[in-house]
Amino acid sequence: MNTNGNTYTVIYSTVLVVLVAAILAFVAMSLQDKQNENVKLETISKLLGAASQVDTTFTIEEDADVLGLYADNVVAAFFVDGNGEKVQDMNTGKEDKNKIEVTTTSDLKAQNDKFKKLEEGQSELLSELRLPVYIFDIKGHKVTVIPCYGAGLWGPIWGYLALDEDGKTIDGAIFDHKGETPGLGSKIADKPFYGKFHGKTFNMTGEDMFTVAKITAITEPEHSVDAISGATITSQALGKSINLWAKYYKPYLVKAAAASQANTVSAPEEMTEAADSTFAGNTAAATNVNVEE
Amino acid sequence: MSDINYKEVLLKPIFKGNPVTVLVLGICSSLAVTVQLEGACVMALSVIIVTGLSSFVASILRNTIPNRIRIIVQLVVVSLMVILVDQVLKAYAYSVSKTLSVYVGLIITNCIVMGRIEAFALGNKPIPSLLDGLANGAGYGLILVVVAFFRELLGSGTLFGFRIIPQSFYDAGYMDNGLIILPPMALILLGVIVWIQRSIQKDLQEK
Repeated sequence: MNTNGNTYTVIYSTVLVVLVAAILAFVAMSLQDKQNENVKLETISKLLGAASQVDTTFTIEEDADVLGLYADNVVAAFFVDGNGEKVQDMNTGKEDKNKIEVTTTSDLKAQNDKFKKLEEGQSELLSELRLPVYIFDIKGHKVTVIPCYGAGLWGPIWGYLALDEDGKTIDGAIFDHKGETPGLGSKIADKPFYGKFHGKTFNMTGEDMFTVAKITAITEPEHSVDAISGATITSQALGKSINLWAKYYKPYLVKAAAASQANTVSAPEEMTEAADSTFAGNTAAATNVNVEE
Repeated sequence: MSDINYKEVLLKPIFKGNPVTVLVLGICSSLAVTVQLEGACVMALSVIIVTGLSSFVASILRNTIPNRIRIIVQLVVVSLMVILVDQVLKAYAYSVSKTLSVYVGLIITNCIVMGRIEAFALGNKPIPSLLDGLANGAGYGLILVVVAFFRELLGSGTLFGFRIIPQSFYDAGYMDNGLIILPPMALILLGVIVWIQRSIQKDLQEK
């Protein structure tokens, strides 16, 4: 058979491409559910990972039932808009843990795109934002977990911040990335880096609520963490995305903090406890804000 | 064609005809994924699977491929394998697939895969081609692991994420070499490996 004729070549390539496309489509579709399940599990374990840092005695085993743990410890999960109003509830899996709803990174990306438009001045989008808020009760500590998402050096980076009831003290943080440089930017996902966030606070009054910068460039240590050397762009991108997300969560955080202060009697006790675990600078900053209020 | 020396097919790519140090293929990814040993190991495994299967499939198709479009056909076969590996990893080994991230996709551009299909699979039967692919992947993987071993040990003081260099060394003034984490040092390490190999194997030295 002449395998070099034009007709043969065209037919051969067409058949080959169609065949390969069919195989890939079939594989992608049959593995889709399993992959989505993995992404959801991953998100849930990240949420738990961030929230659990509030109490060091709360540990998550390697092979733990993440869905069950989530359902047991979550108090509420809902969406808020850019004005801080609660707009929609999420299934917390109290009745059936297989029905837990969480927002995965693709949802976060959609919100991030809206932020960009908002930054360009389309302020009518503010009420269209759907920002997920997860409230956990970890051994008596009430923590609010909010996500952040942004562009790193090679691909998206994202993470979850667990906030105290005052809406600005960070109790825990966890980050992840699609493809930052292994050994450099990828370190944002490692404990030595995200551990540094514990006890830091958002700057609720200044221009930048939080910064990740080179240690010599840090002016407000209570609102900043040291960047990773050799991964300047990833670090700065992370700082920027935390800032951007915190900015749009701010209306909600302020409202929630005011509400919890108004109706909790036991709150002061817990707050002193939280302040004890942070270092002196933070306590001072926290007191200052209290005075202002 | 029937008298293929299987031992030769399997062993040559590991040392004497190593794709990285002798043929100097696949340098790009050996610089990129050798910062940590774990990533290097999984990458090595993925490349072994992809080179093996692609050579196998290309060899089955070898008599039907129109000569004028053979490179593009090879490319389709290789990318099919790479995407399959990527999808399966995402579904059944999610954490591993996350460590490797973009580099799995980049196996497509690894010159070794195409090189072996061109040089071997198109002229040999499926089974020897499969073995040749696997062996070349292993030869590549070996270099990757060796380079990653030194880079992680000297650059971060760890192996597989576990601390190897004791804290007392750091207290005494020892410091991790930050330079070794950066790609240029990987190239230098690779050069050293080539040097060692050529001083053992004199027939590789150019006059």
